[in-house]
Amino acid sequence: MDNEHRTDKEHEAVKNGGGNSDCKKRLTLTRRGFLGTVASVGGAALISNAKEACGYKEFAGYPDSFGCLTDFTRCVGCRSCEKACNEANNLEKPQVPFDDKSVFEETRRPNAHAYTVVNRYENPKDKSNPIYRKMQCNHCKEPGCATACPIHAYSKTPEGAVFYDESLCFGCRYCMTACPFYVPSFDYWSALEPKIVKCTMCRDRIKKGGITACAEACPTGAITFGKREDLIKVARERIGKNPDKYVDHIYGEHEVGGTNWMYVSGVPFEQLGFPSHLPTTPLVEQTKGFLAAVPVVLTVWPALFGMCYAALRHRNEQDKQDKEKEASQGKEEMKNG
Amino acid sequence: MGNGYAVKNENFRSWFMDKLLMGLSWPEYSRKLLTPFNVIAAIILSIGLPLIVLRFVDGLYLVTHASDDYPWGLYLGWGLFGGVPLSATGFVMATAYYIFGFKGFRPIVRLAVLTGFLGYLFAVIYLLVDLGRPWRIYYPMIIGFGTASVLFLVAWHVATYLTVQLLEFSPAILEWLKSRRVRRWATMITIGMTIAGIILSTLHQSALGAMYLLAPGKLHPLWFSSYIPTFFLSSAVYAALAMVIVVSTLAVRFLRDKAGPTFLGSIDRITLGLGKGACIGMYVYFVLKVIGIAHDDNWGLLSTPYGYWFLVEILGFVLLPALIFTLGVKMSSVRTVRFGAFLAVIGIIVNRLNVSIVALNWNLPHHLHHIIPPWREVAVVLSIATIHILIFRWILNRMPVMREEPGYEDH
Repeated sequence: MDNEHRTDKEHEAVKNGGGNSDCKKRLTLTRRGFLGTVASVGGAALISNAKEACGYKEFAGYPDSFGCLTDFTRCVGCRSCEKACNEANNLEKPQVPFDDKSVFEETRRPNAHAYTVVNRYENPKDKSNPIYRKMQCNHCKEPGCATACPIHAYSKTPEGAVFYDESLCFGCRYCMTACPFYVPSFDYWSALEPKIVKCTMCRDRIKKGGITACAEACPTGAITFGKREDLIKVARERIGKNPDKYVDHIYGEHEVGGTNWMYVSGVPFEQLGFPSHLPTTPLVEQTKGFLAAVPVVLTVWPALFGMCYAALRHRNEQDKQDKEKEASQGKEEMKNG
Repeated sequence: MGNGYAVKNENFRSWFMDKLLMGLSWPEYSRKLLTPFNVIAAIILSIGLPLIVLRFVDGLYLVTHASDDYPWGLYLGWGLFGGVPLSATGFVMATAYYIFGFKGFRPIVRLAVLTGFLGYLFAVIYLLVDLGRPWRIYYPMIIGFGTASVLFLVAWHVATYLTVQLLEFSPAILEWLKSRRVRRWATMITIGMTIAGIILSTLHQSALGAMYLLAPGKLHPLWFSSYIPTFFLSSAVYAALAMVIVVSTLAVRFLRDKAGPTFLGSIDRITLGLGKGACIGMYVYFVLKVIGIAHDDNWGLLSTPYGYWFLVEILGFVLLPALIFTLGVKMSSVRTVRFGAFLAVIGIIVNRLNVSIVALNWNLPHHLHHIIPPWREVAVVLSIATIHILIFRWILNRMPVMREEPGYEDH
């Protein structure tokens, strides 16, 4: 009882205190520095393009970006978050209502009609007390989907969300292959306007100073919304105070360079279906080496193969001259002889 | 005046019959079309083409095996990832002939360039069927630039290379159309186009492998390697040589009358030469694969079920055809080399399907439970492959590919 009370308070603190003051700060910043932002974004775009072309650019993530922390020790599988998400994003109503627990019989994934789903896993510590895992886009600091997209339909926004722009997408689905968390889904049922569907981290609500619909709807405080840096502190504190309750791992702190949506859990994450062997560097690092070789090929190959061709021609001409010489010598010898 | 029109009409008729009907009249031509192969082709197309139309009425789900967890099915696994290495023929043979001076390969260069051009064209067609909104295919060129994306590079390169290959093949088209002056211009750019082809091919063949560098947690460690771009490029080179043997074998078998005496007289010698090249290429690739295992210290994984399948791939579809090639070249047996080439080509397809379908998502709980593609996807793939063969045959029947057009000098 005492424990529950405290966690609720803690949740409120992050939700109200952290969230509101940040929003105020952000609003004043927006008003004051609008022109400055426009100028610097323009300049940064030029510079960053030049840097990207070199293939080496460090991006530590946007400071003050928002995220969420899901605590699986608190989730009770009520699916309020699924319902709130469905309503907040005006998604199609599912056939099975949100209070129906039969959906837990099978493992689901986010799909063209749901940004988020909750799945049930067996609790190895206590079989009668299953673990529920909420799943949605993790909003990576340096997202693999954005690295994969050939048209730049994805962007990492300063608020923390990974934003997908449907108007740019031609539906190649490389983002789905690249996402290590199996998040983006595709609307295979639309003949002429198929698109990628994924969690937006309630980008518009956050921009207006709100928090994500799922975090707002959660009755047990399992989803904490706040600045990413603050969330890591909250997560550390919880693990530190209850080392028996939690495994010592904040999932998303380092995975693929860090994500804005993070998790703490009472059981190892791979038992909840989380991908375990992910690199700690962002996925973009995986292809940088290859892309850095592109200019080398573009410049060295023409020289190298051009030389090969020149040598071939030279030899052919030399052979021809030698033959002519031989022929004329032969003629002369014939004359002399 | 009426007379002039009649003459013009008659000219067009004879041009039409000469160029398109291979010198036959309509009734003769249509009677000639009634062959068992064409009947089977018609049946396949009558099922597959309506399905492609329905895809644009009802949605992609109707014709694809792809899902949220498996975004790519056979269209890309077979058509793009399998089709592109087998279409390296144009770049490999043009380089060997024009740049390195392997003059003995001259009779086969055009066939190789045509194989490459059509291979890329159809890789793009498979892609168009697979894309959610294919009418936005040009978006990476004009609308948005994903410069950090390997697929951005592939898109640009495939588009450019398709044009380069059309230009490389254009002398044959222009000889067919008897357009002597344009042909002279077309032959002047041959060397430039060949070098452009080397650059573009090295980059996008390896880029197709590099695409999977973004999936380190998804692709089985035996197939995921930081060497994967090199694997893809290196295997594409021998794939091209083996594919030229396969295509020329089929062409000589089924369209012998369209091949000139130079082609028929040198094809055995050329086949042995290609076999020798492919053989060396395959040993290089095999060693690279072994180094790949050693580099990531994946020896332990070889004794798992995926390891067994990996061994089947590199022993049965790389080392075995390489040994067959060695034997064929040593014994100067064209038949043996041809057999090795068919096995090598199948091996390339097996490898690309392994990377794109079998070993991808290997750690998902029900992976491989739904590996059999639905019949509709197979029907569409078969239809596109059928059109590919029909167009290939249409061109070989008409244009000077395996023969020389009298009155035109070499280029």
